Amino acid sequence: MSDAVSVVNGASFDGAVQVKDAGLVGMVTLRGDLGSEKLASGVKSAIGLTLPEARGVKAGTKGGVAWMSPDELLLFCDYEQADALVGKLDKALAGEHFLAVNVSDARASFTLTGSGVREVIAKGSPADLSPEAFKQGEIRRSRLGQVAVAFWLSAPDTMELVCFRSVGEFVYDWLCVAAEKGSLPEIFNAG
Amino acid sequence: MLILTCPNCGVAADETELGSGGEAHLTRFGAGSSDADFENYLFMRKNARGVHFERWRHSYGCGKWFHAARCTTTLEVFGTYPAQTTEPPAELIEKIKQKRPDFEGFSK
Amino acid sequence: MSTRLTNHGRLIDRSARLEFNWNGKRLKGFKGDTLASALLANGEVLVGRSFKYHRPRGIVASGPEEPNALVGLGQGGKYEPNQRATTTELFNGLTAKSQNHWPSLEFDVGGVNRVMTRFFPAGFYYKTFMAPAFAWKHVFEPVIRKAAGLGAAPDPEERDADRYEYFYAHCDVLVIGGGIAGLAAALQAGKSGAKVLLLEQENHFGGRAPVDGVTVEGKPAQDWIDATVEALGSMENVTIRTRTMGAGVYDHGYALGYERLSDHAPEIAGPRHRLWRIRAKRILTATGAIERPLSFAGNDVPGVMLAGAVRDYMINHGVSVGDRVVVATNNDDAYRTAIALKEAGLDVPAVIDARSTATGPLVEKARAMGIRVETGTAISSVYGNKKVTSVGLCKQSGEGTKTDELECDAVAMSGGWSPVVHLWSHCGGKLNWDSEMAMFRPDPSRPPMGADGEGFVLVAGTANGHLDAAAAIADGHTVGAQAATEAGFDAKDSAAPVAESEAEGPILAVWSMPQGQNKKLQMKTFLDYQNDVKVSDVRLAAQEGYESVEHTKRYTTLGMATDQGKLSNINGLAVLADSLNAEIPQVGTTTFRPPYHPISMGAIAGEARGGLFKVLRRTPMHDWTDSNGGVWEPVADWRRPYCYQQAGESVKEAVNREILQTRNSVSILDASTLGKIIVKGPDAGKFLDMLYTNMMSTLKVGRCRYGLMCSENGFLSDDGVVARLDENTFLCHTTSGGSDRIHAWMEEWLQTEWWDWKVYTANVTEQYAQIGIVGPNARKVLEKMGTDMDLSAEALPFMAFADGEIAGIKARPYRISFSGELSYEVAVPAAQGQAFWDAALAAGAEFGITPYGTEALHVMRAEKGFIMIGDETDGTVIPQDLGLNWAISKKKEDFLGKRAQQRPHMVDPKRWRLVGLETEDPSVVIPDGAYAVDGTTRANGVKHMIGRITSTYYSPTLKRSIAMGLVEDGPERMGDTIMFARTDGTTINAKIVDPVFLDKEGARQNV
Repeated sequence: MSDAVSVVNGASFDGAVQVKDAGLVGMVTLRGDLGSEKLASGVKSAIGLTLPEARGVKAGTKGGVAWMSPDELLLFCDYEQADALVGKLDKALAGEHFLAVNVSDARASFTLTGSGVREVIAKGSPADLSPEAFKQGEIRRSRLGQVAVAFWLSAPDTMELVCFRSVGEFVYDWLCVAAEKGSLPEIFNAG
Repeated sequence: MLILTCPNCGVAADETELGSGGEAHLTRFGAGSSDADFENYLFMRKNARGVHFERWRHSYGCGKWFHAARCTTTLEVFGTYPAQTTEPPAELIEKIKQKRPDFEGFSK
Repeated sequence: MSTRLTNHGRLIDRSARLEFNWNGKRLKGFKGDTLASALLANGEVLVGRSFKYHRPRGIVASGPEEPNALVGLGQGGKYEPNQRATTTELFNGLTAKSQNHWPSLEFDVGGVNRVMTRFFPAGFYYKTFMAPAFAWKHVFEPVIRKAAGLGAAPDPEERDADRYEYFYAHCDVLVIGGGIAGLAAALQAGKSGAKVLLLEQENHFGGRAPVDGVTVEGKPAQDWIDATVEALGSMENVTIRTRTMGAGVYDHGYALGYERLSDHAPEIAGPRHRLWRIRAKRILTATGAIERPLSFAGNDVPGVMLAGAVRDYMINHGVSVGDRVVVATNNDDAYRTAIALKEAGLDVPAVIDARSTATGPLVEKARAMGIRVETGTAISSVYGNKKVTSVGLCKQSGEGTKTDELECDAVAMSGGWSPVVHLWSHCGGKLNWDSEMAMFRPDPSRPPMGADGEGFVLVAGTANGHLDAAAAIADGHTVGAQAATEAGFDAKDSAAPVAESEAEGPILAVWSMPQGQNKKLQMKTFLDYQNDVKVSDVRLAAQEGYESVEHTKRYTTLGMATDQGKLSNINGLAVLADSLNAEIPQVGTTTFRPPYHPISMGAIAGEARGGLFKVLRRTPMHDWTDSNGGVWEPVADWRRPYCYQQAGESVKEAVNREILQTRNSVSILDASTLGKIIVKGPDAGKFLDMLYTNMMSTLKVGRCRYGLMCSENGFLSDDGVVARLDENTFLCHTTSGGSDRIHAWMEEWLQTEWWDWKVYTANVTEQYAQIGIVGPNARKVLEKMGTDMDLSAEALPFMAFADGEIAGIKARPYRISFSGELSYEVAVPAAQGQAFWDAALAAGAEFGITPYGTEALHVMRAEKGFIMIGDETDGTVIPQDLGLNWAISKKKEDFLGKRAQQRPHMVDPKRWRLVGLETEDPSVVIPDGAYAVDGTTRANGVKHMIGRITSTYYSPTLKRSIAMGLVEDGPERMGDTIMFARTDGTTINAKIVDPVFLDKEGARQNV
């Protein structure tokens, strides 16, 4: 699939923080009964991770998993592996009422790096991005300006952000403006 | 600019992250229902001054619907609860009655 | 004449000289000056002309309450009208122009309005320009517009050169105002561990305390202020922002802060303004007070200023407003000004005190310094035109007969102080009238209510009615702790800082000077400087029956200017109360609305400008379309190409070419915007049977069915093709604009009504690029691209789909057709959409393949009589109106909208129904939306309408115009000719025909 391209095709911007296209990421939406043992073990065997708590996100060597709503997870893997992941889940959960679907192409992903990543996002999201309120390990679904996004910290100064593919270029442009040098209010303590 | 806590994901959501859905706990009347029942279902609303039960969707968040009990005059929020119910939880009604002695309880 | 003093000036740096441009003149100032102080230092007393009478006006105040000194700032892309000189920090190279005059500030033609004062009373516009109607547009409005107006709008061709942004902040306690009360409050809240955000509109702290000579803990206030700011700065849980104004308070602890980052230094990069959108558990407003003018005749002559402002300019900026300054007052505070002037070596001819006795320590001090104090005295009138020359004195208890005249070049007036209650009141905080102090002050027992049912705004210091420094700082200390406690923190018990200032004697409420001011003087006594509202106007309004303060405001325009009546409201409503013989609290205040002080349009827009103004959704082929002649049109948030224009052809020619290419050979269509929603579960079929009007549960795996969705009102809301992927899984296509809406609609029913049904949905619209290969040669193109699927008519018939690979890309071709041609809509992963598109173009080259846009799509579907949501539907149309009865299941007990469609109005045979229309002249295309008329006239005089056009095109295939429309009894009137009205009064004749114009049997698509 060498002809597969992400929305901004590897673009990056160095400002007050670095904004970078995270490229194509394998993503699978899994809807089902998150309390069911079969689902938990299906996820565990597919990506090697236990289910996160509400609003939790975790990453492992085989991928990651994020809690999206009381009956929905978002699983992460290599872009090329997403269909195979759906296949594994379909097999593991046969007989259950669930839905596993490849949504890798329906998304755009960005990685923001730098000490000011919280403040860049706080220019567009009404969520409390302060270090005391928003911690690593939590995924927040919110809006960025006019657009629905989800974001989480993968490291203290690294913010991952996912949005729909069709608005990927708009979000990238938005992030570049928000990340302009000298534009951060600098009120969050490091952490 | 309200803040309502989504009972489905626990986020204290900004009003701009929510979509409003009008009065809660309507009973649907479909094919075969009487004119009066259907009119009541589709058009008649309480438009309460005071305690009000209403539907909200955490549209920019977990995407789930929930219900909120709110005072339409002071904007006090008595509580939020999941949408999968035909009436407000009893303990919420109790809580409202304690705060608002003149509240007569929930009626359809 | 105003000038720079050699002493004082605590805020200016005399070693940093700045140059600025005022009306073309090059003037000098110092770092730390405001534009207002720098103008005064240069002797520029006259700064503008008033809005209505073009009266000469000077600077009155020293803060955001300034009504007169509005200037045009900057040039080109940085020009902004109506900026206050008093809140504009001076910088090198600043360019400012005065407003509302022609041809020049000193000589203004409009000043003739001034002698017409008596012809412009309250309600003048309402009374004068009633009739005739045409005169408003052609005579009155153009003249008034030329003469009036506040400043000049920026050049529409210039783009604002600056950038703006929002920032969302959350805190436990938001403190608005960094005076001594605000600082004490922030310190107490900060010590409790609460997260505190402190906003100060100036670039320095302490408010009036350093100007008024207050001491704190036995030392000058400035020492305590510096120490406290430093202490706050060292607290990790406290954030301080200067040059940031608390602009508004809203429900549930929401507040707006307006930060001006580079207004004072344009060379600073980054956003110019930042709009802080703050959520706080508690909001504490320590916003101080504003001094009121006194209502005496000629109180708007340049040189008449607020006494506090006179003091500010002297102590803060080392500027004297005049050599001989008469002080007029009804309270002790103004004596501070008299004393300060005298101490600076300036002359104070007299303090004119309306009170019959004045005995406070400040008064005694003034007397001891040899200042003449005239009690029981009023100013009868100020003399001078562009500058004060003298004042006449009279008895305060009389009507204004002059008893004496004092030469002077400035007047410092004080009518007492009004707490700034705006932010307390924005969200419903109530006020009490304190008659002893002559002011409205917040009632802490009636605060704005928050989500928890408790008050969420607290008020402290002078804003809380504590005009005395000692009480103000103690109040800040107490209320700061209270705010922290209410926010859930443990506020440490500690002693409040002790402040000292001279005690003040009682104020006398003076709403008219003199008390019985005669009518002639009333007409020269201004309440609202900016809108030129006089005492006589308010009295006239009361006489004419305006009893409500809100009505009087609108009738007289009192308080409706850009200063929102900061100086005029209390004086105005007191005059109204007096005229109505009512008490002030009975009359009440007008509503305080945000923002407290004007904020820039840029800050309100934030980053949303240019390409970020509105979200734009792009398909995977967006860039290709953009560089290959795509003529964009908006479709919901998407952009879709209307057509792909080639060199040398018109848009119309492009559309016709695209249609003929499709009908004759093959074309390619970007259909990616179509919604695609997966619906899965054991109850999926049952669920779709409720959602669609037709039966979906019987659809065979591997097959497609066209379906309609209605609202509970029965009206058609969306349509699309449903494919059954497996026993439990369906894929529902929606319209381009409908994908999010229909997905939300599905989830709403599943979550809130049928939550026990086992169904999951997922919106996979953007997972796929959907590419239509359309036309008689479509199959040949796909086969040439290389595929592992059998695409023959037998293996993959019309309304079937298959899964496999095409051109090495995972693909799912659906044999569905919106054009009536042989058509494959191929879904491929979005990331490979462009690769598939390129491959199709290459393979189709030998068939002349070209892309087609939305207009060709529309024409081709109309040729086939297919409806379009949004054309044939408008929210009042039911499927039965469109002859779609075949798609409405009669077997199902229920579906959404079914009950509504049984209502009498919905089954009325007279409902307008869909037909095709052919004009008598095949070259004439009926205008879209045209109404069918039968030549009769209704009782109300309008033509009787019997239908309307819903779609209308020129069909290059049929070489004639075609249209669809909804017509009364239409399907029963096949072959009849009816008339359509044009806006020019003529009509077009058209014959009613079957809406399917082309290939009724469907032979073209069944190949």
